[in-house]
Amino acid sequence: MREYLLTELFVTGTEINYLFICKTKLWYFSKGITMEQESEWVDLGKFLHEKSYFGEEKEVKIGPISIDFIKKDDIIEVHEVKKGKSMEKAHEMQALYYLYYLKKLGINAKAILNYPKLRETKEITLEGREKEVEDSIREVERIKSFPIPPKPVKTKKCKTCAYYELCWV
Amino acid sequence: MRKKSLTLFSDGTLYRKENTLYFENAQGKKPLAIEGIYDIYIYGKVTITSQALHFLAQKGIAVHFFNHYGYYDGSFYPRESLHSGDLVIKQAEHYLDREKRLRLAKLFVRGASKNMERNLKRFGAEGNFSELLEELEDTRKITDVMNVEARIRQEYYALWDETLPDGFKIVKRTRRPPQNEMNALISFLNSRLYPAIISELYNTQLTPTISYLHEPSERRFSLALDLSEIFKPIIADRIANRLVKQGVIKKEHFREDLNGVLLNDEGKKIVLKAFNEEMRKSVKHPKLKRNVTKQRLIRLEAYKLIKHLVGTQEYEPLVAWF
Ligand code: SF4
Repeated sequence: MREYLLTELFVTGTEINYLFICKTKLWYFSKGITMEQESEWVDLGKFLHEKSYFGEEKEVKIGPISIDFIKKDDIIEVHEVKKGKSMEKAHEMQALYYLYYLKKLGINAKAILNYPKLRETKEITLEGREKEVEDSIREVERIKSFPIPPKPVKTKKCKTCAYYELCWV
Repeated sequence: MRKKSLTLFSDGTLYRKENTLYFENAQGKKPLAIEGIYDIYIYGKVTITSQALHFLAQKGIAVHFFNHYGYYDGSFYPRESLHSGDLVIKQAEHYLDREKRLRLAKLFVRGASKNMERNLKRFGAEGNFSELLEELEDTRKITDVMNVEARIRQEYYALWDETLPDGFKIVKRTRRPPQNEMNALISFLNSRLYPAIISELYNTQLTPTISYLHEPSERRFSLALDLSEIFKPIIADRIANRLVKQGVIKKEHFREDLNGVLLNDEGKKIVLKAFNEEMRKSVKHPKLKRNVTKQRLIRLEAYKLIKHLVGTQEYEPLVAWF
C-alpha cells in the first residue's frame, strides 16, 4: 500500500466519502471536475499540518461535514456533526479514514458522529477495521484510473447532487 | 439565493469599503451585496478601484467592459479558480486531432443551423438548410466548415429579412460598423451575449482559449465564440426580432455616427432590459425534467462539451425546443 502525503488527506477523505455515495461523482471529483459547492472546502491536510489543534478545540469544515478536534486525556476525539443518516456509510468510512490516517501519524484518536437532529451519537474506532479502510482506498484508486467516468445511475441521491446537471443533461 | 448579473449603465465609481462593494454615481452611493453578484457588465464610464478589483477577484466575479458604442471591449477575468489538468489535456487533444476537431466544429455549425431553421419557422418564413448541411458533412477542412456556415447564415438572413418590417431589413449583414438599424441591433445583442458565455465558461473547468470551429488565435476566449454559434440565433436574434416586430425598438432609438448606425442610450437600455429578462426566463428541460433559465442553458452546453471531451457522451448541440 502506498504512503499518502499529508496534503492528500483532504482529497482522499472526500474521495472515500464519495466512494460510498456515487462512483460517477468520485470520478469527476478526482479529475478536478468539481461543482460550485465543493470549491470552497477547507484543506484538512493543511490544517493538520499546522498541528496547532493539539490541546484545544478546533473546527474544520469540509463541505457538509464539520469536524471538531477535541483532546480528551490522551486521545483525540474527532467529532463530526451530521444532518441525517442518509449518508451514514459514507460518513463512517470517511471518519475511519481519518482515524487510519491519524494513526499513521502516531495519533491515537476515535471519532464521534453526532446526529443532533436525531439526538444520537455514534462512536467509531479504527480497531479491527484497518482492512476496510485499505480496501476502500484501493477501490478509490481503481475508479480514478478509469479512462472515462462510470456510467451514472439515477437514484434518490441525484436529486440533490451538485453533479445532477452534468450527469443528466 | 441565485446570483444575478449586474449591469452598470450610468457613469460612476465602483469601490470597496471594508467588506462592502459600493457603486457611487450622480444619484448617490449604493451598497451592492457581493454574495448576490454573478458577474458585472459595465456600459458606463466607470472608475474601479484596485481594492474593488481585488475583492471581485477573490469572489471569482468576472467584469465585462463595453465601449462607448456598446460593443464588448474586454473582461476582467479573475485568476481561474476551477482547474482540471485532465480536462485541459482532453481539450487540447480534441483540437490537435484533426478528426476530433472537425467533428466538434461540424456539430457547432449543425446546432447553429438547426436553431436558425427553428427561428425562421417562428418568424414566419420558410426555409431549411438540409442541402447545405449535407455538404457540411462532406467537408474535410475547418475553412470549408466555416464556408458552409457563412452560406447558411447568408441564406438565413435573406429569409428572415422577408418577415421584417421596412426600415428594419438586414439586407446585408454588416459589422464594424453596422450600416443600418437591424445590423446595429443584432451586433449589440451579440456583443452582450459573448461575455455572458465567457462568464459561464469561467464557472466550469473548461479552458476558454481552446476552441474547435474558431481558431484559438482568433480571440482570447475563442471557445465562447464556438458556443455563441448555438446561442446567437436562440437568444440574440429572437430578442431583436421581437423588439422590432412589436415596435418596442423604433427608428428613434438609433443615431448615426461616423461609425455607422448605432443604438442611442435609450435604445441600449431597452435592449439590455429585454436581454436580462430573456436570460432569466425559464424553460422546462426535457432531459433534466427541471426548469432551467436561458442563461443556465449556456452552462449546460458547457457540461455537454465536458462530457464529450472526457468521453462519456457525444456532444449534441442544443436545438431549441421552445
Ligand atoms: S447526479 Fe446521481 S449519478 Fe450523478 S454524480 Fe450525482 S449521485 Fe452520482
